[in-house]
Amino acid sequence: MVAPVLIFAVGNESRGDDALGPLLLRRIQEQASDSVECIEDFQLQVEHSADLIGRRQVVFVDADVSCESPFHFSELEAAHDHSYSSHAQSPAALLHTFKQVYEDMLPQCYVLGIRGYGFELGEGLSPEAADNLEQATAFLQSWLARSVEPAQAHHA
Amino acid sequence: MDCVLWGYMTDKLETAVSPEKLRRVAIDPVTRVEGHGKVTLLLDENDRVHQVRLHIVEFRGFEKFIQGRPFWEAAVMVQRLCGICPVSHHLAASKAMDMVVGATLTPTAEKVRRLMHYGQILQSHALHFFHLCSPDLLFGFGSDVAKRNIVGIAAAYPEIAKQGVLLRKFGQEVIRITAGKRIHGTGSIPGGVNKNVSIEERDYLLQDVDQMVAWSEAAIGIVRNLFEQDLAMYSSFGSFDAHTLNTVRADGALELYDGGLRARAMDGSTIFDHFDTSHYWDEILEDVKPWSYMKFPFLRRLGPEQGWYRVGPLSRVTQCDFISTPLAEAQRKQFMAFENGKAAKATLGFHWARMIEMLHAAELIREILHDPDLQGTDLVNIGERQERGVGVIEAPRGTLIHHYRVDENDQIVRCNLIVSTTHNNQAMNESIRQVARQYIDGKKLTEGLLNHIEVAIRAFDPCLSCATHALGKMPLEVELLDAEGIRVDMLSRSSEGVCESLA
Repeated sequence: MVAPVLIFAVGNESRGDDALGPLLLRRIQEQASDSVECIEDFQLQVEHSADLIGRRQVVFVDADVSCESPFHFSELEAAHDHSYSSHAQSPAALLHTFKQVYEDMLPQCYVLGIRGYGFELGEGLSPEAADNLEQATAFLQSWLARSVEPAQAHHA
Repeated sequence: MDCVLWGYMTDKLETAVSPEKLRRVAIDPVTRVEGHGKVTLLLDENDRVHQVRLHIVEFRGFEKFIQGRPFWEAAVMVQRLCGICPVSHHLAASKAMDMVVGATLTPTAEKVRRLMHYGQILQSHALHFFHLCSPDLLFGFGSDVAKRNIVGIAAAYPEIAKQGVLLRKFGQEVIRITAGKRIHGTGSIPGGVNKNVSIEERDYLLQDVDQMVAWSEAAIGIVRNLFEQDLAMYSSFGSFDAHTLNTVRADGALELYDGGLRARAMDGSTIFDHFDTSHYWDEILEDVKPWSYMKFPFLRRLGPEQGWYRVGPLSRVTQCDFISTPLAEAQRKQFMAFENGKAAKATLGFHWARMIEMLHAAELIREILHDPDLQGTDLVNIGERQERGVGVIEAPRGTLIHHYRVDENDQIVRCNLIVSTTHNNQAMNESIRQVARQYIDGKKLTEGLLNHIEVAIRAFDPCLSCATHALGKMPLEVELLDAEGIRVDMLSRSSEGVCESLA
């Protein structure tokens, strides 16, 4: 039975603030209930559309170089957004691919972009990004408590 | 060929005669390739091309990054280099460390690693063709930018898009089962592997493998059809003569995991054959050029000016004597014979060759899944410790060399990597210069024309310095500067792929 909630983190832990997604995932994973599955990968790829099958809610977590500090959280719609690179496929484009390939109803999807600053190989997390990570983690834990557990109780 | 057009350009287009008088056009970064690259064109007031260069930021930083680490960490750490082909680095580093620990692999270890490698070839080639190149090929290089992406493919060719997703997914499942995890796999270790393939895992993969073989074979037909529809364009686009480098099996067969080096000259003569990869530096050296961060490897006996070469699927498929699996071998013969070998010499023949290799990988996966050695329990075999290790494999994009020196404290003290994109550095430059001659010279620049250059680069499928994947990055920017360096126009493509002029 697939977990109804998916947290999908994108990033490379060896490249500075690109580690934001995976690091947040570890923290969530420690306390997550059985109804939450955590997946991470270096990049979003088209085959990840298969990970959306059977989900009720999905949160994509990634470092973001364009949002304001500390993070940005918003609901996501499938979009024919012309994203070019399959190695950097946007979450919205992945949802669109899901609809095209599986012809199924989309789960409720969100994106959590955490502001990052430096992305060099071998660098650690920058102090500013570390602060942003703390706040984003607290936010997602709170969101999970509000969104997942009541739904689970209702479902039960 | 327009002879008048040629008269305006320097012979090689590498360095303009008077660059200070020319406009500079930068395509930065090249889209739909791993990481970041940049193409600069120097044009005069009549839009004549005088200089074309592909700049790539190489991941030299990794070689420092790995120094001081214990050697057994290398095979895991190197996967952080590239999000597209971590398995290739995982296996090349493992092979190098096999040499360090004096290992002779057990049959189970070698076959599990081969299965992992074939899964990587399959998934990488599927991703490349269906999601990087088919938008250009199926819609046309100068077509509506809004359509030239996987979403456009999904809308217009839903079955092809679906096959691409599922081929890629299958390859990833092969990797997950052999490497132990979806990412950060630890399956391959110095001297062997740390897990075999269970009967249940084997049966799980066998359920779908016939379908993967069938889809791979059908994909070759797509490329063939494209060549048949416009043979003149497909045969000439960005094409050039090149020496080749690849590995082959002892009997001359295509060999992706563990062969000897074969170099052939432009005229087809053999420069060297079955050369021991553990001493690659006797035949391959690296040159530097002041305008590029990336090195330019060359064949030592031909020298830096004449010795550049091409690696990857096109070299492997055209320079092997045969392919060991029947369906792929039949396709190779057709490819080589097509229009008297025109496709086999074409830059866009990369796509055809890549699909033949995808079929070969699918056939090999099916073959090896039936081998009972996969369920063996003799996983590691270690011998006498050495201080040097070299691992060479044929990664999806071409020959990949990992070279390490390890001290008496088991720490890595030196590392040199030559990745396929570095091998192809000069060849990619040659290809885009040819495209500039064919399509750009003397014409007003448009996004569609610039995409022609990107099409040539994507044929090689360069794996550039693996950029971080962060939301909000700007994938493409084109600047037109006048002779004084003042910007007269700027074409910007947003992270959503939308183009707009900012002039």
